[in-house]
Amino acid sequence: MSPRLSASLALLPNYLAWHVALSAAALALGLAVSLPLAVWASRSARLRWPLTAFASLIQTIPSLALLALFYPLLLALSTLARGVLGHGFSALGFLPALLALSLYSMLPILRNTTAGILGVDAAVKEAADGVGMTPGQRLRRVELPLAAPVIMAGVRTAAVWTIGAATLSTPVGQTSLGNYIFSGLQTENWVDVLVGCAASAALALAADQLLGLVEAGVRRRSRALTLAGAAGLAAGTVLALLPLIGARERPAYVVGAKNFSEQYILAALIDDRLAAAGARAQAKADLGSAVAYRALAAGEIDVYVDYSGTLWTNVLERRDNPGRAQVLGQLTAELKRRDGVTVLGSLGFENAYALAMRQDRAQALGIASLADLARQAPELAFGADLEFLSRPEWKAVAAAYGLRFRTQRSYQPTFMYRALAGGDVDAISAFSSDGRIAANRLVVLSDPKDAIPPYDAVVLISPRRAGDARLRRALEPLIGRVPVEAMRAANYSVDRDQGKLTPAEAAKGLERALGF
Amino acid sequence: MAEPLIELEDVEKRYGEHRALAGVSLRVDAGEFVALVGGSGSGKTTLLKTINRLAAPGAGRVRVAGEDTGAIAAPVLRRKIGYVFQEIGLFPHLGVAENIAITPRLLGWDRGRIAARVAELMDLVDLPRAMGERPPAALSGGQRQRVGVARALAAQPAMVLMDEPFGALDPLTRDALGADYRALHDRLGLTTLMVTHDMAEAVLLADRIVVLGEGRILADGAPAEVLATTSDPRVRDLLEAPRRQAARLQARLGGGPA
Repeated sequence: MSPRLSASLALLPNYLAWHVALSAAALALGLAVSLPLAVWASRSARLRWPLTAFASLIQTIPSLALLALFYPLLLALSTLARGVLGHGFSALGFLPALLALSLYSMLPILRNTTAGILGVDAAVKEAADGVGMTPGQRLRRVELPLAAPVIMAGVRTAAVWTIGAATLSTPVGQTSLGNYIFSGLQTENWVDVLVGCAASAALALAADQLLGLVEAGVRRRSRALTLAGAAGLAAGTVLALLPLIGARERPAYVVGAKNFSEQYILAALIDDRLAAAGARAQAKADLGSAVAYRALAAGEIDVYVDYSGTLWTNVLERRDNPGRAQVLGQLTAELKRRDGVTVLGSLGFENAYALAMRQDRAQALGIASLADLARQAPELAFGADLEFLSRPEWKAVAAAYGLRFRTQRSYQPTFMYRALAGGDVDAISAFSSDGRIAANRLVVLSDPKDAIPPYDAVVLISPRRAGDARLRRALEPLIGRVPVEAMRAANYSVDRDQGKLTPAEAAKGLERALGF
Repeated sequence: MAEPLIELEDVEKRYGEHRALAGVSLRVDAGEFVALVGGSGSGKTTLLKTINRLAAPGAGRVRVAGEDTGAIAAPVLRRKIGYVFQEIGLFPHLGVAENIAITPRLLGWDRGRIAARVAELMDLVDLPRAMGERPPAALSGGQRQRVGVARALAAQPAMVLMDEPFGALDPLTRDALGADYRALHDRLGLTTLMVTHDMAEAVLLADRIVVLGEGRILADGAPAEVLATTSDPRVRDLLEAPRRQAARLQARLGGGPA
């Protein structure tokens, strides 16, 4: 077996276990809520329409957006609970994923159960009343058994949807088979992406077939078939969950990472440093940019690396640029005051947003600065990463230079570089520490008006770890020690096409380069 | 005079604008076999259903065995009254024996008593006991209605309501089943109210015929007596229908031995 595949498969038990735990819990919750609602809807025509309309509406929300929406909602609830009850709960990870997926599973169960109950022959219902059944007895003894095959068909659909959508719970911090897909897409590790897709498809297929067995059982009124399907489901679930049992010793620290290679590498670096200090750490990767800071402030992750300019514009909502040292100094004071977040210090390099072009193209057009770019922008196409165009930095740059492109498109970073290389776009929003700038022969355009703030990579520590001496001792040696060249090399070792390293391997290489 | 088993007093029932029952009063004594007849929309089925509250009366009072039905929980009332209807409504997910056993189970009888009762009933309605495990779908129409009758009698009710019970059966099965039921009625001392649109069936099976039209009782009495005394042309028309039909049959087929 290729080393990449075996490295990938080594992660399978843990990812699969969480995926199964999440899907099974979401389906169970979805069933527990939908079944009574469906019974109610089958009794009242007035309720039926709004209820199915609501479930259909939820179905039209993209599942990723639904998952994303639950995070701020739960965060607000948790803050409220902390205020009222004295302790909150984690708004990250299992809970938002569970709630969003449960909502998502409701429509097929709701629709099929209602249709199944309404579809019971009127003569049979009259007979049930005629022999003296109460409405509850009629439901349990006649309507539900007769509607069971239709209900099971709905549960089957819901199960397949839930297992598929559960891959999207990775960005809200819940481990799932989606971890393969998100990080694989980011680091262009297609083996990971394929393993993630294949595993989730196989899981969905297996669940569908076993539920199909139960469905056939209730349809043919064969107890043996129904039991076989149910036993298969139970055994499969228990088997998949085994890796979670026993290994539940709570890690001392949770290390956060956003969704790009440098973040994976730095999280692995912090993991290693903590391990060297004798502490257990667990990574929570692929967090959205805004999610990461709020998760830290809420104490759901203990430490992660962010960038001064990002915090300056997005958290402090500052639009000015007083210079690198001033930004870092004010940021350190303000984050402490506002959220109790500790800025341990800068790692020593910047990963700035920078607009970049292919060298040959820039030379041909005579563009070296953003001011040059602005003059020719109306003829040019611009590619940005997924968030850049909605960030204040972009608005500041566009306003400062009067930038107006012919077209602008958003890409997942990997594909953004591909689009530039292929000539689909003329300029992109790059990161200055990205190894691909040198490797792809790109030029970074200068910013004579200082419209883009500095982006020092800073280590942030959550309020509840502020006084943790062990954590500080483990991480302080990193402060000021990482030159941008070393970071670029590490990033490129993960992003390149040939001889790729995993982020963990790249972190080890970086440590060696730094002399740890 | 004995207290009537079923008593309706000025019962009214509306379905929206339509007046299905326009003030009906009726007394049925224990042991009677009453046929409710009348054209479509005359209110005969609605009248039957007000007795076991499958239709709740809009006004008036219904008493069963002296008790106001409005004061008893409907399921409790229905477990004391057998109910048989044209569509039969056997539970397709239960076997024949389980279908018959349903009301005793609702009443919480013990297993042994239920098993004995089911066996007794299958003999009574002339079904082979081996049929008990079969699903209703595996039965013929006549067998199914025999199960329907057995189910209605399972909890030993004093009275049975029948809504066109044999209407969907072929003529031979229908004849046989009608006669068999009448024998059961006599043997078990039942009180039966049967809705039918078949006048011959009404005349042949019932002791007493109640004719309904537009939600009112037009005539009430023994078949011959009603025919002799009525002045209502609608009632006469209805009651003479079997005889007219027989005469036409005679004319077409030629006079054979009757």
